[in-house]
Amino acid sequence: MSQPNRLKTGGRVDRSRQLTFTFNGQRYQGHPGDTLASALLANGVDIVNRSFKYSRPRGIVAAGAEEPNGIVQLGSSEAGQVPNVRATQQALYQNLSARSTNGWPNVQRDLMGLVGKLGGQFMPPGFYYKTFMAPASMWLTYEKYIRKAAGLGRSPTENDADIYDHRHQHCDVLVVGAGPAGLSAALAAGRAGARVILVDEQEEMGGSLLSSRESIDDAPATTWAEKVLKELSALEDVTLMPRTTANGYHDHNFVTLHERCTEHLADIAPHVGGRRQVRSRMHRVRAGQVVLASGAHERPLVYAGNDVPGNMLAGAVSTYIRRYGVVPGNRLVLATSNDDGYRAALDWSEAGREVVAIADARQNPDGELVEQARAKGIRVIAGSAVIEARGDKRVAVAKVAKIDIEGFKVSGPVEELACDTIASSGGFSPVVHLASHTGSRPTWNEELLGFVPSPVKGMTPTGGAHGVYALGKVIADGFKAGSAAGEACGFERQDASLPKVDERREGAAVALYQVPHQKATLRGPKQFVDMQNDVTAAAIELATREGFESIEHVKRYTALGFGTDQGKLGNINGMAIAARCLGRTIPEVGTTVFRPNYTPVSFGAIVGRHCGELFDPERYTAMHQWHVENGAEFEDVGQWKRPWYFPQKRRAENGERLETMHEAVARECSAVREKVGILDASTLGKIDIQGPDAREFLGRVYTNKWAKLAPGRVRYGLMCKDDGMVFDDGTTSCLGENHFLMTTSTGGAATVLEWLEIWHQTEWPELDVYFNSVTDHWATMTVTGPEARKLMAELTDIDLDKDSFKFMDWHEGNVAGVPARVFRISFTGELAYEINVQANYAMHVWKKLFAHGDKYGLTPYGTETMHVLRAEKGFIIAGQDTDGSVTPEDLGMHWAIGYDKPNSWIGKRALTRPDTKRTDRKQMVGLKPKDPSVVLEEGAQVVFDPNHAIPMPMKGHVTSSYYSPTLQSGFALAVVKGGHQKMGETVYLPMVDGQVHEAEIVSPIFLDPKGERQNV
Amino acid sequence: MSNAQQFDTRPAGEHASEIAVESPLAYSMHRSGAPKVKADTRVTLRERAFLGHLTLRGGAIVLDEALRDVLGMSLPGEPLGLVQASFDGPAGECSIQWLSPDEWLLIVPGGEEFDVERRLREALGDAHFAISNVSGGQTLLELKGEAAREVLMKSVAYDVHPRHFPVGKAVTTVFAKASVILRRPSEERWELVVRRSFADYTYRWLLDAGEEFGIGVER
Amino acid sequence: MFYIFCPYCGEHREEEEFHPKGQAHISRPADPEATSDEEWGDYLFFRDNPRGVHHELWVHAVGCRKFFNITRHTVSYEILEVYKMGEQPSITAEHYAAQQGAASADKERNASQAKHQEGVRA
Repeated sequence: MSQPNRLKTGGRVDRSRQLTFTFNGQRYQGHPGDTLASALLANGVDIVNRSFKYSRPRGIVAAGAEEPNGIVQLGSSEAGQVPNVRATQQALYQNLSARSTNGWPNVQRDLMGLVGKLGGQFMPPGFYYKTFMAPASMWLTYEKYIRKAAGLGRSPTENDADIYDHRHQHCDVLVVGAGPAGLSAALAAGRAGARVILVDEQEEMGGSLLSSRESIDDAPATTWAEKVLKELSALEDVTLMPRTTANGYHDHNFVTLHERCTEHLADIAPHVGGRRQVRSRMHRVRAGQVVLASGAHERPLVYAGNDVPGNMLAGAVSTYIRRYGVVPGNRLVLATSNDDGYRAALDWSEAGREVVAIADARQNPDGELVEQARAKGIRVIAGSAVIEARGDKRVAVAKVAKIDIEGFKVSGPVEELACDTIASSGGFSPVVHLASHTGSRPTWNEELLGFVPSPVKGMTPTGGAHGVYALGKVIADGFKAGSAAGEACGFERQDASLPKVDERREGAAVALYQVPHQKATLRGPKQFVDMQNDVTAAAIELATREGFESIEHVKRYTALGFGTDQGKLGNINGMAIAARCLGRTIPEVGTTVFRPNYTPVSFGAIVGRHCGELFDPERYTAMHQWHVENGAEFEDVGQWKRPWYFPQKRRAENGERLETMHEAVARECSAVREKVGILDASTLGKIDIQGPDAREFLGRVYTNKWAKLAPGRVRYGLMCKDDGMVFDDGTTSCLGENHFLMTTSTGGAATVLEWLEIWHQTEWPELDVYFNSVTDHWATMTVTGPEARKLMAELTDIDLDKDSFKFMDWHEGNVAGVPARVFRISFTGELAYEINVQANYAMHVWKKLFAHGDKYGLTPYGTETMHVLRAEKGFIIAGQDTDGSVTPEDLGMHWAIGYDKPNSWIGKRALTRPDTKRTDRKQMVGLKPKDPSVVLEEGAQVVFDPNHAIPMPMKGHVTSSYYSPTLQSGFALAVVKGGHQKMGETVYLPMVDGQVHEAEIVSPIFLDPKGERQNV
Repeated sequence: MSNAQQFDTRPAGEHASEIAVESPLAYSMHRSGAPKVKADTRVTLRERAFLGHLTLRGGAIVLDEALRDVLGMSLPGEPLGLVQASFDGPAGECSIQWLSPDEWLLIVPGGEEFDVERRLREALGDAHFAISNVSGGQTLLELKGEAAREVLMKSVAYDVHPRHFPVGKAVTTVFAKASVILRRPSEERWELVVRRSFADYTYRWLLDAGEEFGIGVER
Repeated sequence: MFYIFCPYCGEHREEEEFHPKGQAHISRPADPEATSDEEWGDYLFFRDNPRGVHHELWVHAVGCRKFFNITRHTVSYEILEVYKMGEQPSITAEHYAAQQGAASADKERNASQAKHQEGVRA
């Protein structure tokens, strides 16, 4: 029979079914109901890992989230690899495959262990900093080996085969933890009618009740748990969520829950009915009230050799025996500072194995459990402690001696007791992590010997989470908390009908953290405080001697509590040791704060479905399908997908090839300059402005004048912030005396609308005007080029005569049978018609234009060509040629500034500040490279003297730069200090590779400065 | 008169019926397909395309009066309210919902929006108001079925529990990484008013979120 | 993640529906041309950064698109009140300090009482 440590009866595992699993390549058997840890212990596996720094063998210590050693790598395939899984929280399933995360070549025979043994005493805190600091260039090399030696698992190299998602939850009362307090709280709130969510991180709800020795209503505690869970699941608005960890507690009662949906079934979620299941799910809960029933973690005692496999928490020993039917050894020595630890000895003895002795640190232990132990004939050694555990790969001997806690010394002879297991209990630490996530520091309670949560608005701690441990009191306390939480949400107070629990007479506990040894801490054998990070009592003492007095500094210097377990077992002991060394009390030393997450969360659950195609919204125009079908390459502009260019097929030596971007853009540019092109401009922001004060409002938000713009006319406008800096531009058309249509840049649409609203709502509410976004309602296509009029004439009933439909006019009529507003505005410098139709008809119009456009050489062009064409004309793009530090004057756009307007429009006052009046401001100019084949780099710095010593004074930079097929030359827009006065001067652009480009400062308008091409 | 320019965006005349019209979801249906409704489908999705959408801005009292004159229906009395009425024309129903203290969304049968706007403008006379036709800019999606609420819980942070979201409520809220107007016109039906340019993202998201419930698309 | 009561929608909404717009009650000088460069600079660039009570302007961006004010405690992140544009806060730093003084005196009294009861917490 395998599973030598499995009891014949007892526990909550299903012995009728066998589950096969492998650990480090070895096959073992377990049962449904087991965790990986309980199954390993049942099979007598002592070593589960090697330690992080010293590579010492380590075994299972705990039975829950606080486990520091049992960290494994899960997964039988590459895609299913899961690093960093706590064996104590992983349910066993058929064919589970796990490996230790540390240990090379393996945990049993570890070469790194030699380093630990030899180098052990030479690896004090700060070892890595001190040793590998110099030379800095070597760090990358060191790091590779240090990481190999350390590490807590690895990421899969293949894509995750699983999906994850999010769910938003709302409730009146969120109860965290389904032990006796949580169950009772959920019952009180649920009965009141509140919407309740009860979460518990374990496979099964019930918490400590699942391994309790006590009775409730004269029946096993589990019976009561089952009864309560039955009542709760019958309540419609109560949601029970096992396998779900409340990981983060954020502002205003926002709590993130991580539900492991299929992790107990397989390493890759099985499909059900052909459909994918989510592997794990992040719930984002907004709770009216939070009841924190997270219980308490038992503290281990810190003694020499306390990390040798076989050293365990007393409570964990009880849990393995009572819940999983596993006795993790044969001969037990118990070290305790309190009554509760005795449960381990009693359970051990009742399981039929030997309890060698109990070393109780108290002088006169006399509680009920102590008497029960004595009655069983167990030897109790009062006033003593296990001062050292000896053993190589498993505990062999416990050294027990009388100790003087006050004097921190061993006060009697040392007795060596042969044993294979040492259970220790140093009392309990309330699980206060969640309560401190929002910044509230826990408070030390000297009676409880633990930190309890400080008040958090909307949160009530209950039961063990604030130091109430006696079962009867816990249930009553939970009920009270649940009822009060319900009441705070407007539900009626519930009268408690509490079950009968016999009260146990309990002796007082004594405060013991680090156990004294015959040798001084710095010279004696290692006493581990934080096992995951190999932090010893000596390291903490050394840190305090080196001058680290703040616990936050001690933590960072020693790495105490920095592991994936966040120091759940070690932190309080570490603080107690620091307090002892500094001659202070624990509250004087204080505690560090805890941050989310309570236990590690997979990245998949954080991402949810926001990945791949759903990573971010992709916004499409009404003509998108045409663009796709016509081979467009797309550019992301905000969330929009805009055609960037349309590469065409070209004949090549071996058949066909696609044009390069350069070729496509050259072809598209020429088409617009020589024939006619078409651009999908639907993404421009469009704001419908109505109201008698619309005109006045425009006059205040634009720098130029709007008083006289007549219906049927269009005007370009510049918008500044009140600091005088340009932030957006666009055209606005007068549709009616009180009606305007404003266009914004594609990226600025939402910003500009909010900008108009903030001024209207906060400064000028007296103006009668409304703004509505109509961006998506209209689709816009720009038909531009010398042949544009001819093409339009074939499709529209609008009179296109140049005298009746002038530049900067708009007309309405039909285009391809669809009602349209057509605007004669031009961003290319050519004759242009911007056709606006209701988006549902846009594809029809677009296709009709092409049906008629062939004979005119109609060419679709994308954003790249649009950029080249507009830059040739010196038209700016807000956000590319401006960066929030450019005034209209800097742009040379004096013509668009209405200094004599009657109101002090936004930005005006700032334009007379001394800083904005400086003549050496960076001003917009054109740059013409001396070598026409050079296309300057956007962002390249402009200098005046290339022979100046480095660092050269930087005088400006390139904002836009392209190759112009029309000019047959590279050209650029740039901002240069005092540039407007430097026309014709030569500037230099030094590049990273040592080349220095020469360019001449010219007007930013490279083509058709008089605007004759567009005004035809 | 409001001195605003009203514009009928729908093709008229004898060839109007020859003009192809595409709903905001046309591309998505082409690209992502439309899973069929099956026996185990627990949620269905349907686009109700080409309705008339009008944004009304102005004071509640004058708008309410004009609305009663023109359509015989009142503005919702409370914030986040949704009122439905039968439409006195060729087809079906219309609805009006609160969007903000001075903003409402009126949805009328497709093709009626121009006439409704014209009549409202007449009824409102010289009052300060604005009406914007946004019919081409948004579309209405309908979610039905027992799992509709669960699909929404995967998509919106807003609380969709019946205690918090009764029939007759309508809110603008965040949907995944976009935004949506979410309405509950009846016990079994939810409506999403979606901006055209975000329709494809929303559709893909809904198909994905609904996969575990066997989502089907009614066409 | 804040949970913010929108005074126009009349209910709490998730923070992701809102945009913060900085310090509240910064009003634009009525006659900008009459201000000195220093006064204009103060209006443009200088904001408070208190530890404690702070009045902020927010907008319900994905919602009713209305601007409103929030009085928020910058240490606890507690939202002490919300109020519409044009209204004045009822909770100010001075007022809050006075209130807290009274409350902490209460708390001490309660705490000393609790010690005598069969309390579970100190």
